[in-house]
Amino acid sequence: MKHMTRKATRHVNQNEGLIFEKSSAGKAAWKLPPLDVPEVDASALLGSSARKDLGHMPEVSEIEIIRHFTRLSTWNYAIDLGMYPLGSCTMKYNPRVNELVVRLEGLANGHPYQPEKISQGALRIIRTLSDCLLEITGMDAITLQPAAGAHGELTGLLMVRAYHQSKGAPRKKVLIPDSAHGTNPATAAMVGYAVENLKSNAQGMVDVAALTAQMNEDVAALMLTNPNTLGVFEQEIHKIAEIMHAKGGLLYMDGANMNALVGKVRPGDFGVDVMHLNLHKTFSTPHGGGGPGSGPVAVRQTLEPFLPKPVLVTKPDGTLAFDYDRPQSVGRVRAFYGNFGMFVRALAYILANGPDGLRQTTEDAVLNANYIRKGLEGIYDLPYSTPSMHEVVFSDKLQAKKGVKTMDLAKRLIDYGFHPYTTAFPLIVPGALMIEPTESESKEEMDLFIEAMKSIAEEVEEDPQTVLDAPRSTRVSRLDESAAARKPVLRWKPGT
Amino acid sequence: MPYPTDYKYTKEHEWIKVDGQNATIGITHHAQEALGDIVFVDLPKIGSEIHSGKAFGSVESVKAVSDLFAPVSGTVTALNGDLATAPEKINKDAHSAWMIKIALKDPAELNSLLSPDDYEKFVAEEG
Amino acid sequence: MRYLPKSPADRKAMLQAIGARSIGDLFAPIPAEYRLERDLKVPRQMAESEIVDWFRERARENGDSYTSFLGAGAYSHYRPVIIDSLISRGEFLTAYTPYQAEISQGTLQAIFEFQTMICELTGMEVANASMYDGSTAAAEAAMMAVRITGRRSVVMARSLHPEYREVLATYAHHQNLPLSTCPFDNSGRLNVQELEKSITSDTACVLIQSPNFLGTIEDISSVAEMAHKKGALLVVSIAEAVSLGIVEPPRQADVIAMEAQSFGVPLGFGGPYCGVIATREQFVRQMPGRLAGQTTDRNGKRGFVLTLATREQHIRREKATSNICTNQALVALMVNIFMTIYGKVGLQELAQQNLAKTAYAAGQFNKQAKLLFSGAPRFNEFVVQTSEDPYAINSRILGHKIVGGLPLRKFYPELGHAALWCCTELTTRSAIDTAVGMVAESERSVKAAKEEVDVQEVSR
Repeated sequence: MKHMTRKATRHVNQNEGLIFEKSSAGKAAWKLPPLDVPEVDASALLGSSARKDLGHMPEVSEIEIIRHFTRLSTWNYAIDLGMYPLGSCTMKYNPRVNELVVRLEGLANGHPYQPEKISQGALRIIRTLSDCLLEITGMDAITLQPAAGAHGELTGLLMVRAYHQSKGAPRKKVLIPDSAHGTNPATAAMVGYAVENLKSNAQGMVDVAALTAQMNEDVAALMLTNPNTLGVFEQEIHKIAEIMHAKGGLLYMDGANMNALVGKVRPGDFGVDVMHLNLHKTFSTPHGGGGPGSGPVAVRQTLEPFLPKPVLVTKPDGTLAFDYDRPQSVGRVRAFYGNFGMFVRALAYILANGPDGLRQTTEDAVLNANYIRKGLEGIYDLPYSTPSMHEVVFSDKLQAKKGVKTMDLAKRLIDYGFHPYTTAFPLIVPGALMIEPTESESKEEMDLFIEAMKSIAEEVEEDPQTVLDAPRSTRVSRLDESAAARKPVLRWKPGT
Repeated sequence: MPYPTDYKYTKEHEWIKVDGQNATIGITHHAQEALGDIVFVDLPKIGSEIHSGKAFGSVESVKAVSDLFAPVSGTVTALNGDLATAPEKINKDAHSAWMIKIALKDPAELNSLLSPDDYEKFVAEEG
Repeated sequence: MRYLPKSPADRKAMLQAIGARSIGDLFAPIPAEYRLERDLKVPRQMAESEIVDWFRERARENGDSYTSFLGAGAYSHYRPVIIDSLISRGEFLTAYTPYQAEISQGTLQAIFEFQTMICELTGMEVANASMYDGSTAAAEAAMMAVRITGRRSVVMARSLHPEYREVLATYAHHQNLPLSTCPFDNSGRLNVQELEKSITSDTACVLIQSPNFLGTIEDISSVAEMAHKKGALLVVSIAEAVSLGIVEPPRQADVIAMEAQSFGVPLGFGGPYCGVIATREQFVRQMPGRLAGQTTDRNGKRGFVLTLATREQHIRREKATSNICTNQALVALMVNIFMTIYGKVGLQELAQQNLAKTAYAAGQFNKQAKLLFSGAPRFNEFVVQTSEDPYAINSRILGHKIVGGLPLRKFYPELGHAALWCCTELTTRSAIDTAVGMVAESERSVKAAKEEVDVQEVSR
């Protein structure tokens, strides 16, 4: 490295094997209280259903478990350590008060089937969050049932289909821009729709002429992300909505990029009919290594009858209750009511911000992305000159001339103490570097990031092998993914 | 890379070697290069029909999947069993790591395929 | 706002660097007619203490310190303290999906261990890194069977959780997959004669739950034999994971779709929970969800990566095995730690206690009212039929801060005044005795009222 890294340095790190390698008969981390009822003979009660053996389940002590997982945790990067510039992931701060309130006894121990009389607190949380999300999105009705963004997309498209069915025919296809996230076409296929690609124009936005040509009575909906995955706001959104509505189609919005819109503009105001939100992106619920998420779906009044059941209602006596009498509902998309634990966290985030905080958050998110764009312009290729909102997409075109691709640059960024940006999409930018800092980044952290990216660009010019060999400072480097896919080893086996 | 002169080619980067009423099919060197390390090949069952221009299986690398398109129509008579345990053979020598053998349905379809020269030109232009 | 790490001076400097006059310039791409010129109508910004107070109020409204006899797919078990200590570490809580393997080895190794333990407990050869929950896992497992067999219909047991069946119906409807339902008989088990009639040459799988919604353990061998004989797969849903400590897992199943909430995940009013799919090695490429695989790095060092990613949405797009993107990583980690804490001996002891408490409770209820489905073994749930409407009985029990069993009328109206009761290791003998006492009282009152009527009849 030409420059000293100021953000990251080497440090003694503990090794740790698999928990099964520590297991030994007779060790225990548990103790149950004595039974206050008579003992039973399992074989007598269960007959041939009685289990004889729990195989190679581990036997370890409490301190070994504490050390095991603590050591493992130190091998992870995390938001608590530093910036994740991952585009469209919105890796913002996960507030700790969220973790406290979700563990309050009456909320943490609530059973979903307990009587409504002792569930009013939980129902009030659902109602308040729902009202806030409706105000934020400018929509008319909402379901919190879907477990994640992709699940929300599924629910939204099920409602689109039910709507069209109620008008006489479900229609055959869904239009999806070539810049879209992979869940969009995967979801459309699951709901039984054929997917038709919609090309982007030279500015990276929806090609309105192409849309006009492709829109007809066979198209159920357009699935749009706005701002799109280039971080660009669809300025012709009113025309887009008009084109869809004129032929009876619906406008679906993937809300992954809401972090650019909250408090500044509302999708319901610019013609969206149905959209999903990602509480684990815009609303600060923790990623936890890959989930859980939560994907509420908000709709216009015309789609309200199709919401999954049950729906929360206020009874004449003012109490809250679930209404199951919903004849046009698409049904259930999961058991119970949704990821309630994420509702609590998201609501705590909204209450901590208030209207001014939410607006300021969005402004800082957009300011941060533009600051990084300015800092790296000219050093990395910017394929689209259209203004960026909360995320910016560069390409590896300049560095590719030296044989260095986006994945290599990303791996080198790890040595500078950062998690890589998104490399896998949008597909319309080959060799993409998709960067979304979020509002949670200070000027200091972003200056370190810009400096790191500049330094890497210099390394590409002067000594590309440094970048191609990266990462060099991690516990493991360039793991063999081909071997893992050819001969998958998906569990530990005794004797290995 | 010299493309075997006794093979014919498609724009989807498959090759076909004809032997009377039968033929052998695989993917080209260019295809395996674009895919990267191949980890899995999904082939149709013996006895099934393949149709000219339609997908008959897929080939996977770590990061991508590609459909395999039939150069001509026919019935599958044999599969290359090696590919189930060693798909990397395609990376090592794509032109000898055959995938399926078929009995031709309509030999006239061969006329619309590319010659080795045409294929080489096509690849050069595409790149 | 205290989550935002920028001072007014910082913002000014950054705007200058960008060459913008004000933040408004950066929002110019939004057409003026849509720009919000007012505050959002959400509650005003609260101090942290106010936030905590607000949620404490809600927790109070929700009533705490109740003893609950509810199960039905969500179970109340003790959660060892170190689960939260460990998952609250920022490196687990605030980490992203482990796509960049080099800096996610903690998450990946934990997933690998999770997959291993699920295999050991279920008797399957491979398991994924989790699905949203048991209901969607069951639906996805059915879809998997459809892909594997190429057949297009599903037979499901009526004793499969009613809400799981609703979810499957939603998923199946738009894929044009016909579903048929097979009844249970008075042992509580699937009626095998009826099953025989329901399976056709177009049946992709038979989907059952064991222990089932009524608490009964199914005769897996007979069902498996019947399904396999006709070329269909057997998919078994397990809603009460603790049962695996003492009940033999359904080893003849082709796919197991589990709900692992019992293993250290809070009840939390219904979510987030932790679904898992486990299956035979030959089906792994048809299995949805993330998978962690072991491999070596360029220096030969052992490490873990997400693998077989080509099944997933970000590569396959419309041809993906599912559209699932997030899994339940943090909750799966809770499950992982729970399984590690209890381990080989503890899980059996835990299950044993559940069995004992339930056997006692069932026995006591049987003396006062009618215990159904005693012809087959059960784990920790049972159905009691009373003379009085269970809603009325539960109303009175609630006054003792006890939540009675789930009335089954809305799911199984033919069972009349029946309720589903669940006992776990946390259920005290005194709570059981109190509940039984109130049911006994109810039976006595109804009987007395009836005798009163009879006497009046006679004296006329």
